[in-house]
Amino acid sequence: MSDYNFAYLDEQTKRMIRRAILKGIAIPGYQVPFASREMPMPYGWGTGGVQVTAACLTPEDTLKVIDQGADDTTNAVSIRKFFEKTAEIAVTEKTGDATVIQTRHRIPEEPLGEGQILVYQVPIPEPLRFLEPRETETRKMHALEEYGLMHVKLYEDIARHGHIATSYAYPVKVEGRYVMDPSPIPKFDNPKMEMAAIQLFGAGREQRIYAVPPYTKVVSLDFEDHPFDPSKADHPCDLCGAEHTYLDEVIIDDAGGRMFVCSDTDYCAGRQAKGHRGRLSPTEEAAQ
Amino acid sequence: MSAQITPPLPIPLLPVPLLSVKDIHKTYGGRIGCTDVSFDLYPGEVMGIVGESGSGKSTLLNCMAGHIPTDSGQVLFDTRDRGLIDTLTMSEPERRMLARTDWAFVHQHARDGLRMSVSAGGNVGERLMAVGARHYGDIRAQAVDWLGRVEIDEDRMDDRPSAFSGGMQQRLQIARNLVTGPRLVFMDEPTGGLDVSVQARLLDLLRGLVREMGLSAIIVTHDLAVVRLLADRLMVMKSGHVVETGLTDQVLDDPQHAYTQLLVSSVLQV
Repeated sequence: MSDYNFAYLDEQTKRMIRRAILKGIAIPGYQVPFASREMPMPYGWGTGGVQVTAACLTPEDTLKVIDQGADDTTNAVSIRKFFEKTAEIAVTEKTGDATVIQTRHRIPEEPLGEGQILVYQVPIPEPLRFLEPRETETRKMHALEEYGLMHVKLYEDIARHGHIATSYAYPVKVEGRYVMDPSPIPKFDNPKMEMAAIQLFGAGREQRIYAVPPYTKVVSLDFEDHPFDPSKADHPCDLCGAEHTYLDEVIIDDAGGRMFVCSDTDYCAGRQAKGHRGRLSPTEEAAQ
Repeated sequence: MSAQITPPLPIPLLPVPLLSVKDIHKTYGGRIGCTDVSFDLYPGEVMGIVGESGSGKSTLLNCMAGHIPTDSGQVLFDTRDRGLIDTLTMSEPERRMLARTDWAFVHQHARDGLRMSVSAGGNVGERLMAVGARHYGDIRAQAVDWLGRVEIDEDRMDDRPSAFSGGMQQRLQIARNLVTGPRLVFMDEPTGGLDVSVQARLLDLLRGLVREMGLSAIIVTHDLAVVRLLADRLMVMKSGHVVETGLTDQVLDDPQHAYTQLLVSSVLQV
């Protein structure tokens, strides 16, 4: 028996967070303020995501935690262990087996289905923040649907770089109403946000929760003559040969050598198990 | 009998005022900001408000533009779709819409009216994007056009305003405000803080734009030369009250109120 209350937070806190989540789902893309708690980890490590996950978990859930697509990075391992210890729930690295997936900066490549919840960790929930520092003003702009400023940011990108250079945290409009920061996921993932799973966003330091319900329209902002382009590195994965996944670039020596690998480790491993091979896959002989 | 059924001769209709201000009253605690201010502004007319520091002219301007709440009074504006409407009681979305389409506000300090971290082109384009422009090429073309009209070189378009001189910043602010073709411009000391030669150029530019676009404008200033050049009519304020109104040349050449006389005689003749 664990000495912790189930999933670390006390029941009243989870109740408060659930109310915020329900409100967020009722108003897709709207940032609901909530009384964020101190968590046993530093701000910026996913305190918001952890609180949302804690409020969603039931003893029957299976949890998967990824950080930049990988299951085996420090952040992912720590959060997974945290819930193993405090909630004593089952954990997995398989996207398809998980009922709750907490993610930092990626959406899994494998399409999510109904019955799954994707929880994002959000550093700065306000998409207008860098152009308008006043919270009173940004709230008013959301309320009155004054989103011209968001396009000023994209305009500046094109004026300076010749194309929309924003490549992550690319602003989206949810269900034709609220402009939302999709957290720092690569813009390659933006089209995936119209999905069957529930998407919840938690920002611990900024004390905001927002949500995208299943099958909600999510449109990436753009200009008529500079349409949205979900770009990725122009390579196949060097381990599994996939050409349709988001890739990480890995420096492998000090002579300019590099390789591109799927950032979603579970998806890449699954493809390799099915026999897919990439340019730098270990050969059969070397493996033996 | 026949005389009675003849339709009456058409009475020449008075034009509808663009802006009609009625009994504006604003106090700060017990102190008067401005009180009993009423006037009409007709399309194409430029009105000057002069007075010393603390006379309530900026308070009045901010009340009219809806920047600060008014204690009592009405500010009726001739909107495009619904005619004369009190802007102080209209809903906030409507007022903000008005403020970025038919109205413009030129601040004394350009930094108050510009986004200093956004390029000049982005500053001019912001109002266009705020009213729904979503074509980069068109927005940029309009920005180029407007920067040209306020004499800013096209190759400075992607520079930030912080790299501009004070006079250029002020001209950029004017371009940013006029790009959506407003009908009424509020100006708060547009030439304040600029040296005289830059002032002269800016005034020249403003006069050209006002005449060319048929703008109505309300200009608050303490500089009598500015109103002499730009304003058709003049309102002199002191201690929150309007002490004299009239045609600009009439008020400046034949001041009636003691304070106006003082004001006019205070100007150094070079």
